[in-house]
Amino acid sequence: MSTVTERATGSGTGDLIARLREEENRPALVGYLPVGYPTVDRSIEALKTLVDHGVDIIELGIPYTDPVLDGPVIQAAAQGALDAGARVRDVFRVVRELTEYAPHVPVLVMTYWNPVLKYGPDAFAHDLAAAGGAGLITPDLIPDEGADWLAASEAHGMDRVFLVAPSSSVERLRLTVDASRGFVYATSLMGVTGERSQVGSRAEQLVADTRAAGATNVCVGLGVSTGAQATEVGRFADGVIVGSALVHPLLSDGPLADDEWAVRLTNLARVTEDLAAGVRSARATAPADAPTGATTASGEAP
Amino acid sequence: MINVKLSDVSGPYFGQYGGRFVPEALITALDELDTEFRKAADDPEFAAELQRLHREYTGRPSPLTEVPRFAAHAGGARVFLKREDLNHTGSHKINNVLGQALLVKRMGKKRLIAETGAGQHGVATATAAALMDLECVVYMGEEDTRRQALNVARMRLLGAEVVPVKIGSRTLKDAINEALRDWVANVETTHYLLGTVTGPHPFPEMVRQFHRIIGEEAREQILERAGRLPDVVAACVGGGSNALGIFNAFLDDKDVELRGFEAGGEGIESGRHAARFSGGALGVLHGARSYLLQDDDGQTLPSHSVSAGLDYPSVGPAHAWLHDLGRATYEPVTDDEAMEAFRLLCRTEGIIPAIESAHALAGAMRVGKGAAAEGRTGPDGEPLLILVNLSGRGDKDVATAARWFGLLDGADNGVAAEELERQEGRG
Repeated sequence: MSTVTERATGSGTGDLIARLREEENRPALVGYLPVGYPTVDRSIEALKTLVDHGVDIIELGIPYTDPVLDGPVIQAAAQGALDAGARVRDVFRVVRELTEYAPHVPVLVMTYWNPVLKYGPDAFAHDLAAAGGAGLITPDLIPDEGADWLAASEAHGMDRVFLVAPSSSVERLRLTVDASRGFVYATSLMGVTGERSQVGSRAEQLVADTRAAGATNVCVGLGVSTGAQATEVGRFADGVIVGSALVHPLLSDGPLADDEWAVRLTNLARVTEDLAAGVRSARATAPADAPTGATTASGEAP
Repeated sequence: MINVKLSDVSGPYFGQYGGRFVPEALITALDELDTEFRKAADDPEFAAELQRLHREYTGRPSPLTEVPRFAAHAGGARVFLKREDLNHTGSHKINNVLGQALLVKRMGKKRLIAETGAGQHGVATATAAALMDLECVVYMGEEDTRRQALNVARMRLLGAEVVPVKIGSRTLKDAINEALRDWVANVETTHYLLGTVTGPHPFPEMVRQFHRIIGEEAREQILERAGRLPDVVAACVGGGSNALGIFNAFLDDKDVELRGFEAGGEGIESGRHAARFSGGALGVLHGARSYLLQDDDGQTLPSHSVSAGLDYPSVGPAHAWLHDLGRATYEPVTDDEAMEAFRLLCRTEGIIPAIESAHALAGAMRVGKGAAAEGRTGPDGEPLLILVNLSGRGDKDVATAARWFGLLDGADNGVAAEELERQEGRG
């Protein structure tokens, strides 16, 4: 298996995170929603709402029958999307519409591995690149098993966002950082996605350890749900990843009338604005805590 | 690799199958488990303790029973049953559970989690947890808790917490998802006692290791009783642990035919089955690359079987490998065929098998009749010799069987009616 060093340049997400750090001294806000919930068209409206209210990078989820790293909120939305007939190929249409709507916002696709394996990793990378997508976040694919994806993402210039966890050894952090491109996804705690009252206490140490393993960009996810938490995490992370807290306002037991849906979008906008304000005040309130990795040259692992 | 026996091939890969397709958060624990497993494998004390438990607690070796009245329906073959149904807790599952539980004690973890479908593995895990003073949580699909209510009560009697899983298809697949979510959150204090030869490495290899005793005993027993190796070894295949356990001892005996029988449910053409080798394709589920029932998008398809223990959309990676090598063959047995074999064993031999194991019995009948039709015999014109792994007993299946054969009358039909309703409401 060949690996390449984690690169921040030449990457849709890496370039953006670097620019936000250098020009605005702030972390990126990465916002997750699944494709096709409650319908494909409405999921596009919801995603545009994220963009309009301050999300910097979109994490677009492919609904999957067996999402083992997701908690109840995202499970419910994924199941709802599948029940409504969402297909894997819908992701390309949604990416295309989003990148036309907001060319400055990179769109990463978050997917469990089997849908990509079934589609064919190279074909998937090709079609995602053609639609304007930035790359993949792969929660159940570790670099050790990712030879197909490393090759396909290399061939089509896609970002590869692998995950690290508080339990990861130094050796595994290095392996994962080396295989990643764009950023490394640090899970703030041991657990699945979901809103929590506190951000994992091991997040800051994990970010520091991941930087020490050579990472330029480390974004933190799992359990970040409020603007205050985004501020807290944004002090030490290059990006703040939010999922369940954005999905939650959209959940409903049955179909919604247009006016009801409009209320959901308004609520989603409010949550997004709170988070966007959170990342924008992360360093303004604590400038001394600006990350030391900000000037690390790309492609160099210590 | 040079001259590695098929029976000793180790993970993480069996050919192109297996691997560790799980979140990074679990990798450190899987590495630790792998290390501890290999240390234990080289430790005579571990082997001695496991052997003592097999003998004094489980009741091993399990007997080998020849079943001539049943065999009369199998084309004149001689049929021997490996009686895993007589183990403590009623199935082969206890072999793996005791092995892993001893490992857990060595690792110093205090909490076990497990998934269960029919309840056999959950009961075995709850049993080992009681024996070794470990906390135990069993995840079970809500549908399965209803159809196996007595096993839920058994687990609770043994001190386990049973958590009904109310998402997805509410069966075994979703119980495994929920167990994996628990494990991701609690991996530093908790061991996931996976019940079959699938999941991420080292589970497929480790679970095979703890079940290989089935085949090793059976091989010795049949050599003594029949004076030769069997012509055919038959086993049912859900995840595939009982099948791999008995196949393993014969993998390097080239003349022994290995036949696995999957749940054909209502028939392949109905789409309601769990026949991964007939209706599945390469895919990843629950940490392993193998054959998988899936749609064009790679979404897992619901499986179906009258037997909860075979009702799983993927199969252990070692079976996928043996299938591709041509060393073992796999074919479906329908619900109807399995239930017919179930009844036949009850009536002819006084043994009530698990419906899972009845798939292997039906397979043996098919093999025996097929051989008779072709004029095939054992060496020197001897009768064909078929060894069947009777992996579990049928106590848990009495309600299903009673409904199937219309054996209940009056008020007692309530249980059966509910079962019928469940089966009709599903899929």
